[in-house]
Amino acid sequence: MIDFEPTQEQKEAINIAHKFAEELFRPASRYYDEHEHESPGELIDKTWGERNKGTLALGLDVTACLRIEELCWGDAGLFLCVPGPGLGGAAIFASGTKEQLQRFLGTFNEGDPKWGAMAMTEPGCGSDTSAITATATRDGAEWVLNGEKIFVTWGKRAAQNPGGLVVVWATVDKSAGRAGMKSFVVPAGTPGMRVEKLEKKLGIRASDTATLIFDNCRIPFENILGNPEVKKVDKSETKGFKGAMATFDATRPVVAAMAIGVGRAALDFVKEALQKQGIRIRYGVPRQKLTVLERDIMEMEANYKAARLLTLRALWMMSQFQPNNLEASMAKAKAGLAVTKITQKAVEIMGPLGYSRKYLLEKWMRDAKINDIFEGTGQINMLIVARRVLDYSRDQLR
Amino acid sequence: MISFSPTEEQQMIVSMAKQFANDEMRKIYRQCDENGTIPEGVIDTAWKMGLTSSSIPEAYGGPGGERSAITGSLIAEELAWGDLSITMHILCPALFAYPILEMGTDTQRKKYLPLFCGEKYKAATAALIEPRFGFDPCSLSTAARPDGNEYVLNGEKCYVPLAAEADSLLVYAAQNGTSQAFVVEKGTKGLEVGEREKNMGLRALATYEISLKDCRIPKENRLGSEKGYDFNRIMNCSRVALSAMAVGVAKAAMEYSRDYARERVAFGEPIGSRQTVAFMLAEMAIEIDATRLMTWEAAWRLDRKEEATKEAVLAKAYADDMVLMVTDRAVQILGGHGYVREHPVELWLRNGRGFATFDGMAIV
Repeated sequence: MIDFEPTQEQKEAINIAHKFAEELFRPASRYYDEHEHESPGELIDKTWGERNKGTLALGLDVTACLRIEELCWGDAGLFLCVPGPGLGGAAIFASGTKEQLQRFLGTFNEGDPKWGAMAMTEPGCGSDTSAITATATRDGAEWVLNGEKIFVTWGKRAAQNPGGLVVVWATVDKSAGRAGMKSFVVPAGTPGMRVEKLEKKLGIRASDTATLIFDNCRIPFENILGNPEVKKVDKSETKGFKGAMATFDATRPVVAAMAIGVGRAALDFVKEALQKQGIRIRYGVPRQKLTVLERDIMEMEANYKAARLLTLRALWMMSQFQPNNLEASMAKAKAGLAVTKITQKAVEIMGPLGYSRKYLLEKWMRDAKINDIFEGTGQINMLIVARRVLDYSRDQLR
Repeated sequence: MISFSPTEEQQMIVSMAKQFANDEMRKIYRQCDENGTIPEGVIDTAWKMGLTSSSIPEAYGGPGGERSAITGSLIAEELAWGDLSITMHILCPALFAYPILEMGTDTQRKKYLPLFCGEKYKAATAALIEPRFGFDPCSLSTAARPDGNEYVLNGEKCYVPLAAEADSLLVYAAQNGTSQAFVVEKGTKGLEVGEREKNMGLRALATYEISLKDCRIPKENRLGSEKGYDFNRIMNCSRVALSAMAVGVAKAAMEYSRDYARERVAFGEPIGSRQTVAFMLAEMAIEIDATRLMTWEAAWRLDRKEEATKEAVLAKAYADDMVLMVTDRAVQILGGHGYVREHPVELWLRNGRGFATFDGMAIV
């Protein structure tokens, strides 16, 4: 049955997450935006505790994404400091064995705060993830990793804090193309993995975005995710690459959920300001009679709704074990662009108040933009949607 | 629990509507648009599917099915994919029957609802839109003045579908500053049905201007009688119906231009393998899905009898823009071929442009 009502449990999850967003995230927002690379210790400890109690569990399900929307309504940068297996965990979930799930994630939530990261992008390749040059070479019972990974979200914390992990994408056979692409779990503190630098960014400044260097970094053979064999049969057999893409089907709706949280923060801010001015949005009045402001607000609200519903659908499909490759990309493409526009419009509407660092709105506009870039740019997601709509392969639609 | 899956029963109705749209409507729609007529046979076949009567309670001669705006929007989308004019013709009696069903007095229900439970299509309609700039459903020029045991109606209406053949009309008119609805029977003195309108689109659907000149009707003909009715809800049911139809029209245009983009070769390869064209189609697909979900959400609120104005208004405004964007691009993808009437995309653009005007011309 078509239904838009969250369960009682989900409603409570939303309420709790919202309270954290309001009381823990918002007051710290500006400080960590202006003190880039400082770690929000109190927030990390508190969210870690709540997470392990289950109250702030952040997985890949609908409930988790409802929480994520709330937390990112609070602050998207600070949300990206919340400890947990993160994208590294998502990759392990998508293509790890039961044994690996147990080994890497079984005790992840115990002890001190830990982070998981995924290292894919390199200086020479971003969207074209099949062009990665980092290598993994078999040496007896070990893999030896070499290469440079950039823009690794959670990179520093995942690589340095004990118990963390980084899932690294590397090729075991360059001549095999996509088929040679595999992912490897590198535990935090493994010799040969080091943090080279932290990026200074437009927004989400509280989040650490790191460059990781792998210099003869040795990990056990059984840390490879998926099949170690390179099958050079045909393109449909490119399993390693497919593992990466399956991970994206799971993580893209999550990023979309983050995006809509930021979009709603901006919308709420503008609507509150209008309310204080006694300006009411007249729904149901013919469009030609509406003010430009009313039309702007309604367009922002409609786009927020459109993005949110596409996101919920992609997540719901995942929870039903339905393939959601098309819907995940639809949600991500729409949400990334919609909130970019919503936040930019909000700054315009608020005029001098929107542009000032006295308020958080300008920050949300800077934060929102990342959602149109990471986990696949808007354009990459459009390309995926287009291929699916036209039933074209990678070669037919480049 | 959040879910995007229609019930099994809804899936059955949808596949029936889909099949009808494909097998019956798609065979004749172009001809209907050219001729301005719809063969009776198609309308009767649709009527036998019971789309209008299904939710009329047994007490009034109907099958007593559950009334659901979600089911209604699922059906409306499928039918509109087939053809918008034929869909509006098929569903036109609901413009009269549904408000009576939901908000009529017992006497009104007993009198009118059985009329829609027969074997043959029963034309009935509603008159809301007025031929003037700045038309606002909440501030109508057509006025109803109480006079003894009667109301006296005066005003002009346009875009009244099937006004000439309808036996009963639901006429919306202002009384004390609020929009009320009044049943006006065919042949009532002062009711004049004008010439059939000539419109940019919807050419197969017969719409008329009507005028009311000191048109006197009994007091009990006011919808809901003294307790009145919920005009907002009717408008929202209309917004949801039209949004769903916009999705259907857009889907038809997207599919056609997608298939064309796969076949049409330029510079040695199908135009669909170029990102300019492919990205247009991707955006069309995304916005179609987004609009459908927004429509469902508004319908869901209507089914729960919750305030749905904001959701319905946003969905409808979004749908108005979406269907124009999609049908325009469909024409664009076909280029010159899209502009000639050998291909249907120009028809969908003409129909798509109308949604912003159609408020009150359909209901779920």
